[in-house]
Amino acid sequence: MTFRGNLPWRIASFAVAAGFVLLWQWIADLKLVSPVFLPGPDRAWNALVAGMTEGDLATKLVATVERMIWGWLIASLAGIALGAAIGISPRMRAYVAPMLEFLRPLPASAIIPVAIALLGLSDAMVLFVIAFGALWPVLLATIHGFSAVEPRLYEVGAALGLTRRQTIMKLSLPSASPDILAGMRLGLTVALILAVVCEMLAGRDGLGNWILLSARSFRAPDLYAGVILLGALGFLSSVAIDWTEQRLLRWRARAR
Amino acid sequence: MRARGLLLPLLLLVAAELGMRLSGTQSMALAAPSDVFLSLLSAIGDGSLLVATRDTLTVAFAGLAIGTAVGLAFGILFGLVPPLNRLMEVTIEAIRPVPSVALIPIAMLALGFGYRMGIAIVAFACAFPMLILTRAAIAGIEPRLFEVARALRLSAMQRVFKIILPAAFPRIMVAFRLAAGIALVVAVTVEIAANPLGLGYGILIAQQALDPARMLAYLVWIGIVGYALNWALVGAQHGMFGRAGGAEARQ
Repeated sequence: MTFRGNLPWRIASFAVAAGFVLLWQWIADLKLVSPVFLPGPDRAWNALVAGMTEGDLATKLVATVERMIWGWLIASLAGIALGAAIGISPRMRAYVAPMLEFLRPLPASAIIPVAIALLGLSDAMVLFVIAFGALWPVLLATIHGFSAVEPRLYEVGAALGLTRRQTIMKLSLPSASPDILAGMRLGLTVALILAVVCEMLAGRDGLGNWILLSARSFRAPDLYAGVILLGALGFLSSVAIDWTEQRLLRWRARAR
Repeated sequence: MRARGLLLPLLLLVAAELGMRLSGTQSMALAAPSDVFLSLLSAIGDGSLLVATRDTLTVAFAGLAIGTAVGLAFGILFGLVPPLNRLMEVTIEAIRPVPSVALIPIAMLALGFGYRMGIAIVAFACAFPMLILTRAAIAGIEPRLFEVARALRLSAMQRVFKIILPAAFPRIMVAFRLAAGIALVVAVTVEIAANPLGLGYGILIAQQALDPARMLAYLVWIGIVGYALNWALVGAQHGMFGRAGGAEARQ
């Protein structure tokens, strides 16, 4: 994904992608695949434009984005705080880490029925599930980051007479930040997936609900418009994390 | 070390048991651990849990197999032919961020409910990490190995099977472990969201039947299945490469 002298390649690569869209159009036009579930890109695009301008697709997009971001922020803050508390002390790690390792492979979506039983089909439920699911990658990455801090840094900290708080803020946290950001990146992907699933299940207004309802009423162009938006959302959130990572970790690149 | 790890879960279980028994709570969401355990035994006893497990694992493994094969094939191809990789970059990067669950409604329309729908979505979810990591594994192969291949005048097929796959194998195995974890998660998620079969559907039905003990029993079981799968894969990795191989692969 570098841009150094790659412009011709980039253009060629976009041309190839455009070629695939044309192929899609051609397949749809010739009705090689039933138009019930494969509308052409033209119809999907029209549905997208109509939904964004006249329909309420934009509000649904915003609803999904808000859920995803809030759940992810809660998960990230809680994950970093808990992970720091557990990761800083070897004794805590010995007691808590095995249980976390056991819970890690549990699919986060399996918690949805439990959350529905506890909180009902509410926005609080959706937020809880997203935060719970996105918590694990951040929590485990933070624990790992904190436990992998170069021990000599702590010796330096002790020699400088840093307080515990200063040690965490000035030594452990910066040193663990690449791990934490990697965890947060994974957490954001999980947050988007869970937001969509929860909207489907709980019928909360959003893109997940939109694509499910579109499919049920055989409005394939609307369905594809929603899927395209979700793909764009996934792409943009990954770009945003890339950008943040580069800014936050610039000191690290410079140190090398 | 092991005993200390067990202390916290045991304490939590005892606290949950005492809390439920002493307060006499009648909840639609919570159940005492002993009731959950009994419910788990009865679900195993009447076979429903095992059928659900079979369905979920069928979907997960079939999807994993297809997704891995596709991802591996394209990963090797893109890894070996850099111009092709560069040409396909925009296309791949445009499809990859689509969340796998967004395909559920499309699969519903195109394939209907059942195994095929789950398998297709799991395959989609597994193919991309496999492709990306295989490509990276091949890019990371010691260049001299290719010189050796050229000196030995190996054919393209021989190069793939004698040089490239063995050299990239430890890292491909890591990718496979990741994909296997994704396969189970996606399989369960598809069942919870739409597909009426398997463990995900079982837990959803238990919730709708207001049977918290059974719901939590399914949750615990899904956790056990996930843990066992991960354990088996880590074990296989260690068995194949030994400790050193595992350490190298983890980088």
